[in-house]
Amino acid sequence: MTSLVAGPGHTDTGSPAFNSEAIRADFPILERTVRGGKPLVYLDSGATSQRPVPVIDAEQEFLTTHLSAVHRGAHQLAEEATDFYESARLRISRFIGAPSAEELVFTKNATEAINLVAYSFGNATYSDEPEAARFRLGPGDEIVVTEMEHHANLVPWQELCRRTGATLRWFGLTDDFRLDLSNISELINSRTRVVAFTHQSNVLGTVNPVAEIVEAARKVGALTVLDACQSVPHAPVDLAELGVDFAAFSGHKMLGPSGVGGLYGRYELLSQMPPFLTGGSMIEQVFIDHSTYAAPPARFEAGVPMTSQAVGLGAAVDYLNDLGMPVVAAHEAELTGYALQQLSSLDGIRLIGPSENVDRGGAVSFVVDGVHAHDVGQILDNEGVAVRVGHHCAWPLHRRYGIAATVRASFAVYNTVSEVDVLVDAVQSAQKFFGGRG
Amino acid sequence: MQMEQLYQEIILDHHRSPHHAGLRDPFDTEVHHVNPTCGDEITLRVALGDVEPGSGSAGSVVVTDISYEGMGCSISQASTSVMTDLLIGRTVTEALGILDEFTAMATSRGTISGDEEVLGDGIAFAGVSKYPARVKCALLGWMAFKDATAQTVSRPNDVVTQTGGSAS
Ligand SMILES: Cc1ncc(COP(=O)(O)O)c(C=O)c1O
Repeated sequence: MTSLVAGPGHTDTGSPAFNSEAIRADFPILERTVRGGKPLVYLDSGATSQRPVPVIDAEQEFLTTHLSAVHRGAHQLAEEATDFYESARLRISRFIGAPSAEELVFTKNATEAINLVAYSFGNATYSDEPEAARFRLGPGDEIVVTEMEHHANLVPWQELCRRTGATLRWFGLTDDFRLDLSNISELINSRTRVVAFTHQSNVLGTVNPVAEIVEAARKVGALTVLDACQSVPHAPVDLAELGVDFAAFSGHKMLGPSGVGGLYGRYELLSQMPPFLTGGSMIEQVFIDHSTYAAPPARFEAGVPMTSQAVGLGAAVDYLNDLGMPVVAAHEAELTGYALQQLSSLDGIRLIGPSENVDRGGAVSFVVDGVHAHDVGQILDNEGVAVRVGHHCAWPLHRRYGIAATVRASFAVYNTVSEVDVLVDAVQSAQKFFGGRG
Repeated sequence: MQMEQLYQEIILDHHRSPHHAGLRDPFDTEVHHVNPTCGDEITLRVALGDVEPGSGSAGSVVVTDISYEGMGCSISQASTSVMTDLLIGRTVTEALGILDEFTAMATSRGTISGDEEVLGDGIAFAGVSKYPARVKCALLGWMAFKDATAQTVSRPNDVVTQTGGSAS
């Protein structure tokens, strides 16, 4: 098993010990060309990241040698598959700073993880188990979110409010693309039961002050749910140290497979929460008219779970650990700083996110004056540059800034400074194409 | 593909100076359509009138006006503009026929180049069909028209007696 700290040869200063070529060689897809021979410049890792050979190999190895249903079956393969699955759980839980492997529930992605929490709270509302009481919600209770949330950390809370009669409230955003915390003591109050917020915005790149929000929530006894989708893949994250009650992330954004993600939950809470999905594997005892439930994490993993995907995600965190998360973060910070500097030096570009490379990660969104984001994206695509355009599942955020759509470049450890140059050149081509032919 | 083939001059011209833009009275139905993947929006109004007053069947009902307002990329804006040129003044039956041809071309993945006799400037959008992600852009206004027209003709009251009403 891989150690949790960077191995020898890694420094936390970024570039010097950083072997970009060796890393890129681990991602065969980066060698391909697109749109008639243009080298692929993949700047859409915020949507989904590419996978290194060790991840692909780990899945392949598992499928060709150990495949079987986990936690079932009396045969050797079942035993091996279960060991692989649980070993992945252990390594991933360490990677995110969970005190124990039992505090990591496998889900299909972050969206399912957040829904799991919201539905469990909803189920608690209709449960008469005494231990469910602390999760019950009703009229007068408040759930607090932020205006920068991905729909995945907004819509489930809207729905929970609708079902229980609780009230949804939210932090606004400042003109310089940060959370507006000026009314935090009013917003997080004695009626607040849940505070759900993102660690790092998938549009703005803004990293939120988790400690301050957790402290305010704790003071009033509210539970915290962190959307860690965009932080866990890109920087060292220690969830226990952050002190959040729950956190959600997706494998496909952290060099791992799609179809697997995770919910971190403090054991004390998980062990009192009612299940979300029910059926096989999550029970303790089943009678014809009622059932009792297994301890976490099994309680929240109904049915035969994903296996090769979990194994692949285990390999992904090994890969990231080998690089060293501080090194990954430093490299991405360098790319982000350079992109911010280059893009803000162009006329007619408006950054939608902090222009200062402080408390922000590698999602760089912008609008080009007079050219719709879709049209910019089309020209970029023609140059081989893959970005995302649109509202990036953060429609309220876009509304807040009075824009319909943005162009987003997002970085991962395999990107390079020269790719940022290609991006910036392509943006200028788009300006010329739509401005110049007038 | 050259970007000039996708973004033909006709498209850029319509984008820069869209025809029949703005919301006008009178109208029969107003609809609001969005493209949920990118957030583009259009509000579109349709006014229908009888060729021969009182004849009532869809074949003789004419599209007297299409007006619209929206936010969107050059493809969606230009496509809506071209659509108004093509459909205003046609009978509903003719208009829906043109719409079907345009839709078939736009969703053809590059296999249907479009009949200029029927689609006029609309054939400039044939290139869009090679970019599946942009097909919805090209169809946004057309789908809004189809919806507004269907709502109007399915309303029990004689369409020509209605002006200024609004649904959606
Ligand atoms: C901040 C944030 N939250 C949640 C999600 C949802 O992730 P998934 O679609 O993998 O469930 C994403 C990914 O798009 C994201 O960027």
